[in-house]
Amino acid sequence: MAKKPKNKRRDFLQLSTVTLGAVGTAAFIWPFLKSMSPAEDTLAAGSTEVDISAIEEGQSITIKWRGKPVFIKKRTKDEINAAKMVQASDLRDPQDDADRVQKEEWLVLVGVCTHLGCVPLGQKVSDMKGEYDGWYCPCHGSHYDTSGRIRKGPAPKNLDVPPYTFLNDNTIKIG
Amino acid sequence: MDKNRKVYQFKNPVLNWIEFRLPIISYFKKEYGDYPMPKNCNYFWSFGALATITLVTMIVSGIFLAMNYTPHTDMAFDSVERIMRDVNYGWLMRYIHSNGAAFFFIIVYIHIVRAMYFGSYKYPRELNWILGVFIFLLMMATSFLGYTLPWGQMSYWGATVITNLFSAIPFIGEGLKTWLLGDYNVGNATLNRFFALHYVLPFVIFGVVGLHVAAVHVHGSNNPDGIDIKTNNDSVNFFPYMLIKDTVAMCAFGVAISAVIFFGPNLMAEVDNYIPADPLVTPAHIVPNWYLAPFYAILRAVPDKLGGVLLMFGAIVILFVLPWLDRSKVRSCNYRPIYKWFMMGFFVNFFALGYVGMLPAEGLYLLIARVGLLYYFGFFFIITPFVGWIEKPSKLPLSISDVYAKNIAPNIGGGEKGIPSPAMQKDTNL
Repeated sequence: MAKKPKNKRRDFLQLSTVTLGAVGTAAFIWPFLKSMSPAEDTLAAGSTEVDISAIEEGQSITIKWRGKPVFIKKRTKDEINAAKMVQASDLRDPQDDADRVQKEEWLVLVGVCTHLGCVPLGQKVSDMKGEYDGWYCPCHGSHYDTSGRIRKGPAPKNLDVPPYTFLNDNTIKIG
Repeated sequence: MDKNRKVYQFKNPVLNWIEFRLPIISYFKKEYGDYPMPKNCNYFWSFGALATITLVTMIVSGIFLAMNYTPHTDMAFDSVERIMRDVNYGWLMRYIHSNGAAFFFIIVYIHIVRAMYFGSYKYPRELNWILGVFIFLLMMATSFLGYTLPWGQMSYWGATVITNLFSAIPFIGEGLKTWLLGDYNVGNATLNRFFALHYVLPFVIFGVVGLHVAAVHVHGSNNPDGIDIKTNNDSVNFFPYMLIKDTVAMCAFGVAISAVIFFGPNLMAEVDNYIPADPLVTPAHIVPNWYLAPFYAILRAVPDKLGGVLLMFGAIVILFVLPWLDRSKVRSCNYRPIYKWFMMGFFVNFFALGYVGMLPAEGLYLLIARVGLLYYFGFFFIITPFVGWIEKPSKLPLSISDVYAKNIAPNIGGGEKGIPSPAMQKDTNL
């Protein structure tokens, strides 16, 4: 091929044309792929402010954040102690309770089981709370403790803690 | 199955494996590789490829728009505005789609002009022409349905006017209109079914385009001289010669459509369509999309409701029988000294009809529309059969290569037969 200079020129033209075509095609495809990711208004709806003044000790509320349930629980002394007693190294997904809360009576969790995405039970007084008195996922039987950590069942990870900040004593901003 | 079937052998074993089970590789090689194209085809012959590319672009951009569109009277307009403001590159997809529709018609009109001027509709390509007219009809229906979806004032009142055409049919008209709308006027039921049909019809078009292409490949493409391929010297292979030529055309087309999409995306849009649909207020001046305007002009030129509707649809239906109205055996207008001028007159007339179709139907505009209407139908019913009868065509070249010999010979002088074209040189080297 490279013997004749004529072919070199042709090779160059062919390669540069194909390259230009490939770059052009990619540039054309990109906006279409990008259009499928969350739109500006969806992103703008990504944070929620919650009034927590009405929540009593031991009570838990569920709010919607980015379309997912978020559990906000005011824990009792017993529950906090139960969560603190556990040795993190014994857990499937080792994490201390202190790393999962900002103020120890307030536990904020994304209420989505880390196994296959069901919403665990345990928000209502009448719900099953599982063997560790936290949450219990009815789909495939995962048990979470009073810190939302996985203790038993198929789920691989602890319940997620969403990004949140206390705007004041009575208001949490999630997201 | 035929045991004696000859299986084409390729170097690549994977291709052979597929070819043995489904002879699709040899099909593509035959139809898009070795397919002989007349070597005198000019850039008019690239518009079929451009139309196919545009159709695919319309389907792709449409699917992505549909992911963000809501076909409900309360939400449709806002969902389109959301596409423009919030969806990533939504503005680009919508402008590709809306201007793509206009360019699709420009391309297809040029494609039809090509077919008419060079006589591509004649024996043996009549069925091909019929399929083409069918595609044109489907395109008009699809574009009308799509124009309704943004649910602006023009959408709503355009849909109202066009569906009211059906009420002109005696006895069953009103009932038919109500059945089409699913309501007594254009409403949510209408919008929902228009969206469903607008989504599916492009795939129907795609299927008919497949037949259209398959049909032209049976007897091969026509050419500017309208004579058949006789020897290998008359043709070049589709690959790479025509593929490269079509690619050049595609690049030019890309520049043109990009200029409009990025610098004048609303040039061909109506301002009133940025006002949400209001069933109680009709815009002062209802205009169809420019690409449907010639037919709209015919509709308005007739002072009778049913007559106008019949002539408007007749103006399209008449195209189906063009191959039998034209009695001349000579295809290309380049060799028809009389008909050529009537043909060009037809194109100018069609353009003029489109122009007055966008303007109010009164005074001089109405007169032009009426004269245009007479010429439109006169061209098909009187001029085309009659000129074919009396005209004496110019002498056709003996072959496609002969065209080049004649064109080039005077330039080099002397008694030479002419410079062989590059394609001929290639053949002699082999």
